[in-house]
Amino acid sequence: MNATPIIGLEVHVQLLTRTKIFCGCPNRFNPDQPNTQTCPVCLGLPGALPVLNEEAFRLSLRTALALGCRIAPFTKWDRKQYYYPDLPKGYQISQYDLPFSHDGVVEIGGETEGDVPRRLRIRRAHLEEDAGKNLHDESGRGGDSRVDLNRAGTPLLEIVTEPDLGSAADARAFLEDLRLLLTDLEVSDCNMQEGSLRCDANVNVRLALDDGGTATTPIVEIKNLNTFSGVEAAIEHELARQIAEFQRTGRRFGDPGAEKETRGWSAERNETFAQRGKEEASDYRYFPDPDLAPVTVAAEEVARIQERLCEPPGARRRRFAGEHQLSEYDARVIVSQGRQFADYFEAVARACGDAKQAANFVTQDVLRELNARGLGIREFPLTSDVLGGLLARVAQGGITVKSAREIFGELLAAWSARAEAAEDGADVDVGELPGEAAIERIIAERGLAIVNDEGALEAALAAAIADSPRAVEDFRAGKQQAAGAIIGKVMKQVKGADPKRVRELLLKKLA
Amino acid sequence: MKSELSGGWPAVARDLLAALARGELSSVELTERCLAAIDARDGDVRAFLHVDRESALLQAQQADALRARGESPGPLAGVPVAIKDVICEAGQPATCASRMLSNFRPPYDAHVITKLKAAGAVLLGRTNMDEFAMGSSCENSAFQATRNPWDLTRTPGGSSGGSAAAVAAAMVPLSLGSDTGGSIRQPASFCGVVGMKPTYGAVSRYGLIAYASSLDQIGPFATDVEGAARLLEAISGHDPRDSTSVRRDVPAYSRTFDQPLEGLRIGVVREHFGEGLDADVASAVQAALKVYEGLGATLVDVALPHQQSCVAAYYIIASCEASSNLARYDGVHYGHRAESFDGLVDMYSTSRGEAFGDEVKRRIMLGTFALSSGYYEAYYLKALRVRRLIQQDYQRAFEACDVIVSPASPTPAFALGSLIDDPLAMYLMDIYTIGANLAGIPGISLPCGMTSAALPVGLQLLAPAFEEERLLRAARMYERETNWPRVAPCGA
Repeated sequence: MNATPIIGLEVHVQLLTRTKIFCGCPNRFNPDQPNTQTCPVCLGLPGALPVLNEEAFRLSLRTALALGCRIAPFTKWDRKQYYYPDLPKGYQISQYDLPFSHDGVVEIGGETEGDVPRRLRIRRAHLEEDAGKNLHDESGRGGDSRVDLNRAGTPLLEIVTEPDLGSAADARAFLEDLRLLLTDLEVSDCNMQEGSLRCDANVNVRLALDDGGTATTPIVEIKNLNTFSGVEAAIEHELARQIAEFQRTGRRFGDPGAEKETRGWSAERNETFAQRGKEEASDYRYFPDPDLAPVTVAAEEVARIQERLCEPPGARRRRFAGEHQLSEYDARVIVSQGRQFADYFEAVARACGDAKQAANFVTQDVLRELNARGLGIREFPLTSDVLGGLLARVAQGGITVKSAREIFGELLAAWSARAEAAEDGADVDVGELPGEAAIERIIAERGLAIVNDEGALEAALAAAIADSPRAVEDFRAGKQQAAGAIIGKVMKQVKGADPKRVRELLLKKLA
Repeated sequence: MKSELSGGWPAVARDLLAALARGELSSVELTERCLAAIDARDGDVRAFLHVDRESALLQAQQADALRARGESPGPLAGVPVAIKDVICEAGQPATCASRMLSNFRPPYDAHVITKLKAAGAVLLGRTNMDEFAMGSSCENSAFQATRNPWDLTRTPGGSSGGSAAAVAAAMVPLSLGSDTGGSIRQPASFCGVVGMKPTYGAVSRYGLIAYASSLDQIGPFATDVEGAARLLEAISGHDPRDSTSVRRDVPAYSRTFDQPLEGLRIGVVREHFGEGLDADVASAVQAALKVYEGLGATLVDVALPHQQSCVAAYYIIASCEASSNLARYDGVHYGHRAESFDGLVDMYSTSRGEAFGDEVKRRIMLGTFALSSGYYEAYYLKALRVRRLIQQDYQRAFEACDVIVSPASPTPAFALGSLIDDPLAMYLMDIYTIGANLAGIPGISLPCGMTSAALPVGLQLLAPAFEEERLLRAARMYERETNWPRVAPCGA
């Protein structure tokens, strides 16, 4: 039986605003001091009124545009009404029939040989307020539940995709790229442990039956997936479960008793589980919030934001593969480190004129140092100009790759030593970063410059040959490796000599 | 309790301010006399739910001290003001006359309270109302029925009946009410005082406990137009905490109210004088129109074709918004929670079932029904379309006239208990006032006569949005020509 998964996602993203969406309380994850970031507005006290945080709206516009969405010229706020203790007003301020953005599209895959890119349509993205958090007594002694409203009123962007995803892996790939995009746009920190990126998945399967017909299984919504691996595993499991269920019951989408079901995901047991019994379709009694004015968005503002958007991760990977001739792997590693890192790579590549060399350095040496030192690329002491200048010397034949690695290490070591000295109270300027002068000094001190002075090389070679009769004899007898000893002597004599050139001269001499 | 001050005592804000300014009267003395008046009369009238004597006297002392130091004392310095129990004042009760909020004290000041404090006013106490401002008689209060100072067997009107009665009984010279469908103007007319509903957005709603957010507006009660003008001036102005508050400068109403309007065109709606209108009220309003004609005003017939749909549209829109606004009273965070219940859902329904009165439940159910899927288009959306038509009616009418004059209420104060079992008849009490709320325009009610049973009659004037100045000047033109009693006999 041939099965086609039908998967759509609803993603909730907490926005990185200074204050909450409808009041001046700080927007900060703070579970240890419950109910300290609250005021009459986010507590829902009688008489308090919401006022839209324009920063939240701007960040939302930026995100929607980066997802290729169209921006509605007119949008409004609606009340979604239901009772729950973490919802202090008895309604959530959200957007119902006129979301601020709709009809976007992103591309997934198509980056490896033979992989056809897939389009994922974004149905809509709308802005709403987050609820608080109920804290239940988990001791089993039946204590009272408590409510923390620090989170109530956090700006939340809900992104709803069309059910275009054809595999759990694509769902994961989309989410990983979305996280990169959101952090690159500086609209969210996407910290999944803290709940700033949360995902629900709508899943069902279209089955090609043996009799030539097709059947579609009932839709299941898997709630509260909060890791990328959880999203992938939950969808995989759910697809298999639905196929097995269909084979057992024959129940299809739309059959009586096969209404949309809500399930949870247990990572421990590696399975989805029925979360709520069958319930009546809830009626949220949406209506326009009379406390908030509708928002009109000028085309000029949209254009202004559009102009300043950064390149989405997928497009950047494809460009790196094309323009810079990077491997799919290198492009992925670089882009996955975030926008600043990829910018750094591009600046180094531009400065040295050898993107491949730049990619080697940033994916190996730079990344290793960042991880070892616990630094972000913005704090890395070697600027892209300096690393670019160093690698340009390699590209132009001024020093060897080996020397470049040596200098790279030396620059960092010197900077660390100064930082440590400063920590011990020494009067050194740690703000001064390694520069061109330091590179020049190390090259000079260690004689790392490749010497192209043929006269000096000839003389040193002649001396070395004279000094190594045994090696010369062996070489002439066909022992290729005997040349190494002679070359070594020349290299010792002439610091910065290019071993390739020495070998050439030697072969000519002994030929 | 007569005094050498004119117009009864303590009644006229201007006289009191003048006496305070001249040092003939201290704010403490004035506040004490108000408190004494409350002691003497409020046992009968029952206008106040809560009077904080200590706090009031402390504020009065501060006002006196400020004046003694020669510091700029603020436009209402030392004058007591009573507050409808729907407006939040930090640390004071704000019950909305509901069991639901009987133990609730807000931790913050409404914008109008902040403004009154800055103006130097003495916040005297909290006045009775229909529960959550739903009603036209004050009988929907969970705590007490306020009585009309002119006739204690009658209602003072509602929902701001306590604030109107407190001024009419001369227990306080000024008070604040809120008007969602007539809740200031109707009790003003029943109690023979001046009451005004400003343009929607002119006064911040921040801290006004919401009944119907798109209609609610805070406004003043006073014994005369000038008092209303002064109080309105003090509470108006933009507030960034209310998204519906309008960014406009506040005109100096207290300086312009006394200037007559040349060539005033008064719009009269024929249908306003039809069936259901009390004969005494009709003749008092007709006489008032004659007074205006005598002052050179011209009467213009104007039409409000959708007037007959006002009440229906209002009760859909207001109930829909109320059903949502009152959802927060769930017993979780504050307010009444049932003693015993079985699980979360039962906690909600039992707490709400116990703490809301019948009228509040009626409107919550009506609004919940009208917003439910399958009914939303037929009721809520249709009511919004009617509302737009009504707004257009007023826009067109004001092309031909400057103000529209009508009765404020079809009858004078009715007997307590007489309409309590007939909600529809009670709803029709608002027939003249509701249009202004739906259209968002300002309206004022001022005394224009007495019925044969010695009950006050109120004259309503409406003006286009943000024409409060015109409204006050037009009202004052009439007031200058007449001398209807400013307070009830019990307070005179």
